[in-house]
Amino acid sequence: MNQRSSNLLDEALGLDQAIEPWPLRGRVVAIEDRVETSGSFILHHLLKRSLSRNPSSVSIFIAFAHPFSHYDRILRKLGCNLVSQRDNGRFFFFDMLKLRCPVGDEGTTPGGGLIALYGKIHKTISALPEISQKNVSIIIDDLSLMEVAANGSSDHVLDFLHYCRTLTSEFDCSLITLNHEDIYSIEDGSTFLLQMAYLADILIKAEPLATGLAADVHGQLTVSNKGRNKASNFHFKVKENMVECFYPGRSRD
Amino acid sequence: MAKSICTALREGALEGELAPALTIKDSIASPFGLQVFDHVLSQLFSSILAGKSPSQGLILVSFSRSPSFYLELLKNKGISVASSDKRIQILDCYNDPLGWKDQLVEISSTVTVFREVKHMDKLFNSIIELGRGLVGGGKIRFSISIDSVDEMLRWASVSSVARLLSNLRSHEQISSIFWLLHSDLHKARVTAVLEYLSSMVASLEPSHQLANGQRGDLENFALIEHNSKNGKFHVRFKKRNGRVRVMSEEVHMEQSGINFTPLSSEGAINQGLVPKVQFNLQLSEKERIDKANVVLPFEHQGDNGKPLQIYDGRRSLVDSKQERAVAVEKEESDSQRGEIIYYRDSDDEMPDSDEDPDDDLDI
Repeated sequence: MNQRSSNLLDEALGLDQAIEPWPLRGRVVAIEDRVETSGSFILHHLLKRSLSRNPSSVSIFIAFAHPFSHYDRILRKLGCNLVSQRDNGRFFFFDMLKLRCPVGDEGTTPGGGLIALYGKIHKTISALPEISQKNVSIIIDDLSLMEVAANGSSDHVLDFLHYCRTLTSEFDCSLITLNHEDIYSIEDGSTFLLQMAYLADILIKAEPLATGLAADVHGQLTVSNKGRNKASNFHFKVKENMVECFYPGRSRD
Repeated sequence: MAKSICTALREGALEGELAPALTIKDSIASPFGLQVFDHVLSQLFSSILAGKSPSQGLILVSFSRSPSFYLELLKNKGISVASSDKRIQILDCYNDPLGWKDQLVEISSTVTVFREVKHMDKLFNSIIELGRGLVGGGKIRFSISIDSVDEMLRWASVSSVARLLSNLRSHEQISSIFWLLHSDLHKARVTAVLEYLSSMVASLEPSHQLANGQRGDLENFALIEHNSKNGKFHVRFKKRNGRVRVMSEEVHMEQSGINFTPLSSEGAINQGLVPKVQFNLQLSEKERIDKANVVLPFEHQGDNGKPLQIYDGRRSLVDSKQERAVAVEKEESDSQRGEIIYYRDSDDEMPDSDEDPDDDLDI
């Protein structure tokens, strides 16, 4: 298992100890990556962790970026079978690749766009057995494409996220989102990233090294955990079936 | 300072004055606004419960966190929710601000929530109604707290939000009001508008400013880590006569909650930043005093009442004759002391002239 190798990431998130309740329960986790360093591996890692932590845990995956087969292949490498999890009713996959919200204000009317999506999520969680309701993770990949689906209105996306957040306080579920840091510019007056940073309890940033590209290190992760007032920083290397995290200069290769 | 804010909010409005209003302002570099808000909220509420305030109740308008969170918070602070039920009312703008849940017919909600946050007038009416329901009509006052103005500003225009806040402030039954603002989400103009509306502004700043917070450099990381626990807390009081007083404190985030300490002196901060090396980079107190006592060469003159003469390389040409006389006189009077007497060869020779002395050489 990659139990040891990903220790630092798990440690930073508080996942290294098998404590109940789950440390991410009722929390919002925002992952921000850049074009040079994709942060999707964190999403896969958290998906796997959330499915494997206990037999009643449920994940709801809202995919704007890739089809189901993509995630299935990756998670298989990580040792987790999404098809069987789906058949067992523990993994719900919402394929949103073709979602287009109606133009204009109609995006916020029921039956169309994000409200309908929220309704679907709420219905799914409500239909779960009581024990599973307390162990739900909602994962969104990714917010920038959701914004595209919402015709570029970041306000609609924020409204949607606000409603997803009410689910975290209503059902104690966790909300995990991926977004790209470098497509927003502060000069344009875009405050979407800041809004996300305020919304999130845990912010994970995947960045390239300040010194440029390297063969042995693929980038660095900065994890700011607001709940625990802790921040950690380490390097990572993405391998075929696991991610290696280590402090700067401690690579085992 | 945190104390004086709470005192001002507790004292409430004087007859015929606007209610004191507090803006709590933070930014992403030092995002402790919610913790400060919680602190002020629980302090104010416990003094309302203890009957120390003219205000008889508290209305909490919750936008960014769920009402159950606040009830839990007050319980953790040792305030029993059961007995406080009649003193606090929460207007829930969190669970269903836009009425989505209402529209999805299959979802039934048992909590009464406010569903039209886009209409500021309706929000105003609900707040006042809720307050009247809490304390009754007449002259009995109550306080208001709004946990995020940002959400309001996202759904309504600046002018309508400003009107709401200003109407609340001038309402005869309002004792005091405070709200939270994330300043970097808005233009400076918007922040200024809200600061004008308030008599106190509490702003949170990082204790170490990052040069550019963009790249997660390792050097920056130490500062980021420091800033995730510590910050500076400035409070600006606007007095009725227009006087402004600014005070500063430090805040520390701890597992148990927020902690305010007096500002440590600048020196102490510097000392903490000096790298640890084997030799001294800084002077001890004695060395500092000794250094200050050293008389620098040009300071000898004019010590014993003698006129101060600073040689500028030109003046001697004009009064060299007089000088020579003085020198001779000196020789007579202090013959005991060693002295260097210098007579210039001729007056033609220019002292320190700009001319090149080797001008005439033919090389």
